Amino acid sequence: MNPLELYRVVRLIRRFEERAIELVRSGEIVGGIHPYIGQEAIAAGVCGALRTDDIITSTHRGHGHVLAKGADPVRMMAELAGRVTGLNKGRGGSMHAADFGLGIFGANGIVGAGGAIAAGAAWARRYQGGDQVAVSFFGDGAVSQGVLLEAFNLAGLWNVPVIFVCENNGYATTMPVEGGVAGTILGRGEAFGMPSVQVDGMDPAVVYEAAAEAVARARAGEGPSLIECMTYRFDAHHTFEHKARLNYRSEEELATGRSRDPLDIAGARLSTEDREAADAAIEELLAEAVRFACASPKPDPADAMDHLYATGLRARTGASA
Amino acid sequence: MPRLSYLKALNRCLGDEMARDENVVVMGEDIGVGVAGVTTGMLDRYGARRVIDMPLSEQAFTSFATGAAMAGLRPVIEFQIPSLLFLTFEQIANQAHKFALMTGGQTSVPVTYLVPGSGSRTGWAGQHSDHPYGLFAHVGVKTLVPATPSDAYGLFASAIRDDDPVVIFAPAGALGVRADVDYADLQPVPIGVGTVHRPGTDVTVVAIGHLVQTALAVAEELASEVSIEVFDPRSVYPFDWEGLAASVARTGRLVVVDDSNRSCGIGAEILATAAEEMRLAAPPKRVTRPDGAVLPFALELDQAVQPSKDQLVTAIRAVMKS
Repeated sequence: MNPLELYRVVRLIRRFEERAIELVRSGEIVGGIHPYIGQEAIAAGVCGALRTDDIITSTHRGHGHVLAKGADPVRMMAELAGRVTGLNKGRGGSMHAADFGLGIFGANGIVGAGGAIAAGAAWARRYQGGDQVAVSFFGDGAVSQGVLLEAFNLAGLWNVPVIFVCENNGYATTMPVEGGVAGTILGRGEAFGMPSVQVDGMDPAVVYEAAAEAVARARAGEGPSLIECMTYRFDAHHTFEHKARLNYRSEEELATGRSRDPLDIAGARLSTEDREAADAAIEELLAEAVRFACASPKPDPADAMDHLYATGLRARTGASA
Repeated sequence: MPRLSYLKALNRCLGDEMARDENVVVMGEDIGVGVAGVTTGMLDRYGARRVIDMPLSEQAFTSFATGAAMAGLRPVIEFQIPSLLFLTFEQIANQAHKFALMTGGQTSVPVTYLVPGSGSRTGWAGQHSDHPYGLFAHVGVKTLVPATPSDAYGLFASAIRDDDPVVIFAPAGALGVRADVDYADLQPVPIGVGTVHRPGTDVTVVAIGHLVQTALAVAEELASEVSIEVFDPRSVYPFDWEGLAASVARTGRLVVVDDSNRSCGIGAEILATAAEEMRLAAPPKRVTRPDGAVLPFALELDQAVQPSKDQLVTAIRAVMKS
């Protein structure tokens, strides 16, 4: 994988999140976001190993996965701002951003919910004769969810071409891994017969290598894998923490956690010129994203229940006639 | 004309739909041997590729079907017992149902969830005897409760062909119902359209699922006393409000018989809508299970909790008096 391309994706996600946080502060994005800052190497490395027609399911902290899989940052920003020009026409927002044309089967607001969906989609592609694979991203909190472990079982049973990518950032919201996970995360994968590896989630090249191996195995019909990526969330669980300072990580821990920055790791492999050119292009793209998002029309309240049914069924309204 | 049972109608429909569309696959527990009867013979006809026996992981295989549906298949899930819908409520109500809107119409989730043997199975006690169709109507999932063999065939076919998630309750009390059926007449029945099984002029009885047979029996018994119209909504969501309004316009009186819990049940919704929108000559009545009922085991208690013929007769006489 080209180091410039990996860097470009890491940088795009980092700056996208920083610009999105500005829009949360200015009120253009309501409801806040779960920033992916610090974890960018995982999305960049894993999605770098995927084809456009491969499938991903994402999480509440999903911007990085969606962008790395190729979604348009401009329409993504418009989605966060709740505009009709957004990926989901303003119906999904930060936690449900999706682009089915790129195999992005949605960020998901329920922890661990994407695993079985990804497994089913990958199984369906194989049923249809395709060689696509699916990736399900989730955090360390999800490994305590029964439905995710059930999905491990189904995938293992039937050699489903799915890769389970655990982003272990140390915390499920404020619950440290040690407080929530008995045994190990890798042990959960091994228990279901899956090749399971733990890798440095701060280096996109390392993540890419592990992902490429798992993807090749899945595509060859050799079944699912688990990759545990060790990472650290540099920012808040959610932007509400910017106002409500929660005391669960010490200053020392934060400093140590932030000391290995995927942006620096990926950037150190480039020439200064390449890096500056990539940065400038991303700034320009994101300036356009913010401009477009803020200038785009807001949805018409009369259309609030559009798309509720794929068949076009119109439900009764809440007001009496 | 051949006699077709409700259960055989479901079995026949599944076979026909699988023959018609290779994207239809069926998933569930013990479906290979066909413990519930709906999938009998399917494994021999269509193979393990399309008839997938699932381990006891209802939550995962429900969302597995959601993923497969968004990738282009039309999975049918058979749940052995109605309470599994409580276990998988997250996967149906919060995942499958919400994808269309949340993605701005980018995807659809054409999954059918079939419960053959919903409600009381006589003696199966607290955790196998619920009838939670009102829950799905409340969250907006298409919800069907066919009463006859033809409707079982036709609504199951429509559910499988529908682009949205659909839950079908096949009440235990209806599975044995038989009817003379010309196989050529077995066709999809539109979702959201009710039917009048017996016309009448004095009172509309809305009966759901197996209680249609109860309502028809009561209408016959009371024929010399009162002219009862038996209206079967067939879909509890979307509900055929126009069909009901037309019936109530003829009769001016309304009784609902509904084998589910009283508070916030579909019976409550029917009465509320009638009170808001229809001209009634007398306050309407409903016959239901008690508020928050848990079906007790002993036969006498099991039956005491379900709507009875006597309770329906009493309700009909009460609305005729006022």
